[in-house]
Amino acid sequence: MVYVSGAPGAVTVSLTVNGKPQTLSVAPSTTVLDLLRERLHLTGTKKGCDQGQCGACTVLIDGRRVNSCLQLAVMNDGREITTIEGLGAPGGLHPMQEAFVAHDAFQCGYCTPGQICSAVALLKEGRARTRAEIRELMSGNLCRCGAYTNIVDAVEAVMGAGASQEAAE
Amino acid sequence: MMNFSYARAESVGEAIAAVSGDPHARYIAGGTNLVDLMKYDVERPGRLVDITRLPLREIAATAGGGIRIGALVPNSDLAYDARVERDYPLLASAILAGASAQLRNAATTGGNLLQRTRCYYFYDVGAPCNKRAPGSGCGAIGGVNRIHAILGASESCIATHPSDMCVALAALEAVVHVAGPGGERTIAFEDFHRLPGDRPEADNTLRHGELITAVELPAPRFGPHHTYLKLRDRLSYAFALVSVAAGLELEGDTIRDARVALGGVAHKPWRVPEAETLLRGQKPSREAFGAAAERLLQGARGQGDNDFKIELARRAVVRALEQAAAATPQRQSDKSIN
Repeated sequence: MVYVSGAPGAVTVSLTVNGKPQTLSVAPSTTVLDLLRERLHLTGTKKGCDQGQCGACTVLIDGRRVNSCLQLAVMNDGREITTIEGLGAPGGLHPMQEAFVAHDAFQCGYCTPGQICSAVALLKEGRARTRAEIRELMSGNLCRCGAYTNIVDAVEAVMGAGASQEAAE
Repeated sequence: MMNFSYARAESVGEAIAAVSGDPHARYIAGGTNLVDLMKYDVERPGRLVDITRLPLREIAATAGGGIRIGALVPNSDLAYDARVERDYPLLASAILAGASAQLRNAATTGGNLLQRTRCYYFYDVGAPCNKRAPGSGCGAIGGVNRIHAILGASESCIATHPSDMCVALAALEAVVHVAGPGGERTIAFEDFHRLPGDRPEADNTLRHGELITAVELPAPRFGPHHTYLKLRDRLSYAFALVSVAAGLELEGDTIRDARVALGGVAHKPWRVPEAETLLRGQKPSREAFGAAAERLLQGARGQGDNDFKIELARRAVVRALEQAAAATPQRQSDKSIN
């Protein structure tokens, strides 16, 4: 087993970010959040508390939602990361992004990328059926503006659309 | 965050050799608490040994009718495992009462046992804390102590253990499997975490270099008669002020055996076997549950801000035992308590 030193650039990591392979030299202490924002300039992912308490930095790693501020980049070597930029873009928004717009599910927008990544994972997990369950399973994403009611509306709308699509198929 | 060197272990033996040979080395898995503490400079390891690629991710049936949970099974996978949902719903419920979906995805079974207190003074490197800096004093005693211990505290530390999952594991009488430089051993759950005494820097009885490899549960006992009741300052994504894991073995309407563990009140999940003995042979009733609660809380002492916890815990035990007896476990998405 080989130790790499703590110096900047001491270790090379290869990741797939939004479908694109990336190889970068980082320090062992570099978080996935800082790698995304500072090295790849994917600033859609937000730094809120940087302590795993607010959810603004939520991304999908191998399809699972996690707080990117608590993930060391070096430990995620070989993994696939999806950020808000990878979900959709103007002209081709993800249904969850469209629902957030339609339901006015934000005010300042700072928590929104994390909320949307989290909500996309929530639907994939399939554990929420009711508004109470959506609220409980979205509680890792704080919204200081208090847009929670509309956030739940947006998530519920996409969930309902998915359910009726399944029923039709 | 202090700089640290990093290596990825390819085998359990390699990981143990790397950490046991270096007093400043630490294992890292989910990192949800360790990385957080490193950002605060509360934890300052010189080396991290990444164990996430080790083959410790299975949930396997045991010969005794229980299960053996690999140390790297994420909290979310454990809570949603079909066998755990069916046979150990108390464990599933306690896990889902804690943290957030994101944190549960990253946090591991072994790591959950090793999370550190959320005492404000422990986290504040400018404050005295005997747990973080032995001998520096305790800021919480005589300070702001709403979240602190009412049972088993000492003159050096009144911190509480933050885990929900561990409260259920205490009630389920789990066994912790450990591998270390001296070989493998098992630790009964009640012997895993310790009270602070005059050595609050030690949260548990692991020796340096020892690695949790699995957590084993005995065969399920409580059927539908269980609950995890968690009381906190906000309705989700907050640590417990008081929590109760309760399980009853009923024969007709008589209690054959009981297990009750409290969270948020002590340096470890709090169990009092005598309180459980009091319930044996009784019919479920508020009086019987009240007597058990009194025994569980015998010797409880408030620190000022947390005095309310004593009565809160007493009532929570009674309510949890009522829920367990009625087979109406608390649902974690349901914010009313019945």
